[in-house]
Amino acid sequence: MKDDPTEVAVPRGAVDVYPTAPLTGDATDADRATLQRRTSVYVYEAPVRLWHWINAGCIMVLIATGYLIGSPLPTVEIAEATHQFIFGYIRFAHFAAAMIMTVGFFGRIYWAFMGNSHARQMFYVPVWRRAYWAELWHEVKWYAFATNTPKKYVGHNPLAQIAMFLFMTVGMTFMIVTGFAMYAEGLGAGSWAERIFGPLIAYVGNTMVLHQLHHLGMWFIIIFMMIHIYAAIREDIMSRQSMVSTMISGHRTFKDDRVE
Amino acid sequence: MSQIETFYEVMRSQGITRRSFMKYCSLTAAALGLGPAFVPKIAHAMETKPRTPVIWVHGLECTCCSESFIRSAHPLAKDVVLSMISLDYDDTLMAAAGHQAEAALEETIQKYKGNYILAVEGNPPLAEDGMFCISGGKPFLEKLKYAAKDAKAVISWGACASYGCVQAAKPNPTQATPVHKVITDKPIIKVPGCPPIAEVMTGVITYMLTFDRLPELDRQGRPAMFYSQRIHDKCYRRPHFDAGQFVETWDDEYARKGYCLYKMGCKGPTTYNACSTVRWNEGTSFPIQSGHGCIGCSEDGFWDQGSFYDRVTDLTQFGVESNADQVGMAAAGVVGGGIALHAAVSALKSAQKKTQDAPTQNEEA
Repeated sequence: MKDDPTEVAVPRGAVDVYPTAPLTGDATDADRATLQRRTSVYVYEAPVRLWHWINAGCIMVLIATGYLIGSPLPTVEIAEATHQFIFGYIRFAHFAAAMIMTVGFFGRIYWAFMGNSHARQMFYVPVWRRAYWAELWHEVKWYAFATNTPKKYVGHNPLAQIAMFLFMTVGMTFMIVTGFAMYAEGLGAGSWAERIFGPLIAYVGNTMVLHQLHHLGMWFIIIFMMIHIYAAIREDIMSRQSMVSTMISGHRTFKDDRVE
Repeated sequence: MSQIETFYEVMRSQGITRRSFMKYCSLTAAALGLGPAFVPKIAHAMETKPRTPVIWVHGLECTCCSESFIRSAHPLAKDVVLSMISLDYDDTLMAAAGHQAEAALEETIQKYKGNYILAVEGNPPLAEDGMFCISGGKPFLEKLKYAAKDAKAVISWGACASYGCVQAAKPNPTQATPVHKVITDKPIIKVPGCPPIAEVMTGVITYMLTFDRLPELDRQGRPAMFYSQRIHDKCYRRPHFDAGQFVETWDDEYARKGYCLYKMGCKGPTTYNACSTVRWNEGTSFPIQSGHGCIGCSEDGFWDQGSFYDRVTDLTQFGVESNADQVGMAAAGVVGGGIALHAAVSALKSAQKKTQDAPTQNEEA
């Protein structure tokens, strides 16, 4: 790319145009311009990133063990039933991961209040904002190959915000509620979990319903994972901002300097 | 109502010895989960209290509850039917028939207004003004409402009265409706099961007679002493479940070894009942013990939860017979295919863009 002639016109030495970049002699004006513009925004604070990866790990464990709880592995006879606890450990891993995920989710909700504005984005869809709908439409067109340039977003794009809200906030809440209701059945009447989720158990009547819904919920989350990972990598390559590294470093970097 | 004799008097007149009577009191106390201190209390109540009149009505049903009830071992059904409760009206068990029987119903209601227990077996169909179940020339719905009006409490015997059972299974053409949705102004005890265990039935009645109040009920209105735990919680095959030792097919080696029936669709983990502790036929056995999974007959809408032989059952909501895994995998397949297609188009588009951009850059350079 050629240096901008207007910038070159400024007499060198008269005004320090690039105070931040006293670079070596071979630096061009274009290099200085690149450095001078603000190249990154701190979007995802440490608790958000930590939650993201712990949550991702928990979900992987939950899907694997959850599937095996619905369709157990073939029978193995290592020892007498008293000394063998295979299905028990699978269930234990499921419950342990669920506990961690739940505590993490509560922590994430806490951080929505304490963290920056981006930490709140997952928990709502700003349907009342006219601009949101326009941006959403633009994003849909971007994904439908109907437009060549996406917009720049510091946080989630409008489509991603809907997905996060629907699959994570709603989906995970659903999985936590149905999961703990079934867990309450194991702890039994009068337990803390039964006191909280007993009314739900009574409402659905037959808890077989909970098992089936929870199982469907697993596929709901699997589908989200597929879309999420694909979209993150695609956006990383094709959009105008960083994606994958942002969830590691927390910084969103932009590939161009255009405002629009 | 001093003219009504006590249970004890009737029991003695039936030839039951005092020893047998005391045995019955201890057994009932144990069945109800009460300590030894309650045995004399039960005995005292039996000796001094007048019998409680019971009207037993039958709606849409198969009479399996009655069949179960008369096979009660502790106490013997004979004692219950003839002595313990004054079963003043039961169109299946009573000697009278036709107009005589209906007269007995009317007489009992008038005589014991506000004091009798209404036991309902089966349920009323509401469609076509209740014409799908006619009893004594009138829709059962009318009879039920009439008999419930002056009842002290209502017992919903079995899955029919409690939840609707098979006649209320989808699409429920007769609009069979459980009792608590028709009778809303009386205390209702649900004793679900298809049928309920005989000892559970007699235990519930004994409790009400002894303590003059309803037993403690859970959130669904079932007696907590019999329905607060799942079959799974007290199943003697539970160690095989935790070990991961399952019956894989009927009559395989594992079936003969008595492994867990979870993979064969056992509904024990979602069924609240006392089968795995009280068992059936004088404590002889229960379904899992005889090698068949629990079908969940004491649960709400158990007919509509897919096959009895699947763990991940068919979801009829999807209009086709496919389970959560099939639905999920199909959806994941469609989404995966969509992603692959989208990725391909994305790659093509960006390649196209590069070739379009290339000459412009050359011009500039």
